[in-house]
Amino acid sequence: MGAQLRVYKRRIQAVTATKKITKAMEMIAASRIVKAQRKVAASQPYATELTRAVTAVATGSDANHPLTTEVETPTRAAVLLITSDRGLAGGYSSNAIKAAERLRERLASEGKEVDTYIVGRKGVAYYGFRERKVAESWTGFTDNPAYSDAKRIAAPLIEAIQSETAEGGVDELHIVFTEFVSMMTQNAVDARMLPLSLDEVAGESTRKGEILPLFEFEPSAEDVLDALLPRYVESRIYNALLQAAASEHAARRRAMKSATDNAGDLIKSLSRLANAARQAEITQEISEIVGGASALADATAGSDK
Amino acid sequence: MAAELHVELVAADRSVWSGEATLVVARTTSGDIGVMPGHQPLLGVLESGPVTIRTSEGGTVIAAVHGGFISFADDKLSLLAEIAELADEIDVERAQRALELAKSDADAAAERRAEIRLRAVAVH
Repeated sequence: MGAQLRVYKRRIQAVTATKKITKAMEMIAASRIVKAQRKVAASQPYATELTRAVTAVATGSDANHPLTTEVETPTRAAVLLITSDRGLAGGYSSNAIKAAERLRERLASEGKEVDTYIVGRKGVAYYGFRERKVAESWTGFTDNPAYSDAKRIAAPLIEAIQSETAEGGVDELHIVFTEFVSMMTQNAVDARMLPLSLDEVAGESTRKGEILPLFEFEPSAEDVLDALLPRYVESRIYNALLQAAASEHAARRRAMKSATDNAGDLIKSLSRLANAARQAEITQEISEIVGGASALADATAGSDK
Repeated sequence: MAAELHVELVAADRSVWSGEATLVVARTTSGDIGVMPGHQPLLGVLESGPVTIRTSEGGTVIAAVHGGFISFADDKLSLLAEIAELADEIDVERAQRALELAKSDADAAAERRAEIRLRAVAVH
């Protein structure tokens, strides 16, 4: 076998092996999207009911809770960025990071200091490489988050927002995550969780035009709100984590699908080249034989003389 | 038809039970509360404890609820809890093991969780 042909064969073999791997990853991701979507759907009733309850207390009482009232001059904001633990998901993590950068710039231009909280190894690596300060980070569960993970993330955030700004607390709480729109579309979005903007919450829960009744609060409106808001933050974070997980799988499936397609194309063009090389080799061998035979014939014809 | 209320018992990651009921008894931070159809709109903080739902078919559903909220309006009642389990789902042996483990580890929260589970089963 000619040297050229051998090189092509080896490359075809390598690309075929890669294609098998990417194909497997694509199929695994595809099956996980469905599971992740189901989890998003399962968490929906709790989130809806909780939002309704928060709206009811916040609108139905004149409670003046620190978590619902905006500070006049907010000076510090916390940003929770949700990225993935693993790569090979196309632009998934970098899109979320870019969205966080934009939010950071916007907050900075409004004169706010930004504390960053990160979920996922990719985000931690990005900030670590640039030696930026990260208030807290969590890794190891982004592809299948549980409610306890959301609780763990929410705890320091709630603590930060409840403490005074001068003592290291924050005035605002933002979250950046990748919203799962459909199998093909996922958007990196940022949203403000706290202070609660009531119009937004009310818009979510009263879309059907229902009027909220006057509630009786047990034990009191303030206590209910005190207990509700941390749960609300947790549930928002949980929902964001679940959506981000579904988006991650969808992004990975798409990235792996195009990798598989590219590998297929590469194999095709490489085998064309290998065929041409083989053909050229055969042609050369034939012409060598023909040339050799005619040279021999010429030689014998000469000695006959 | 007797008046009935629609109950949704939801945990953070799933919907646990939903259906029609005539009476729901739950424990709020200021004491046990019973809700029947036509009750005044109510929003309360729940204590960890068993919740009793008397269904309109005459049956009784008991669930162990660990913290959460009760909200009632327009004959619709929602029980929100981070963790909620129906008594039928609770594995008694596991709960007992968890209780002993929690006692030996002096983990008050875990002990309480296991106790509530067992209590819910006992009432059942």
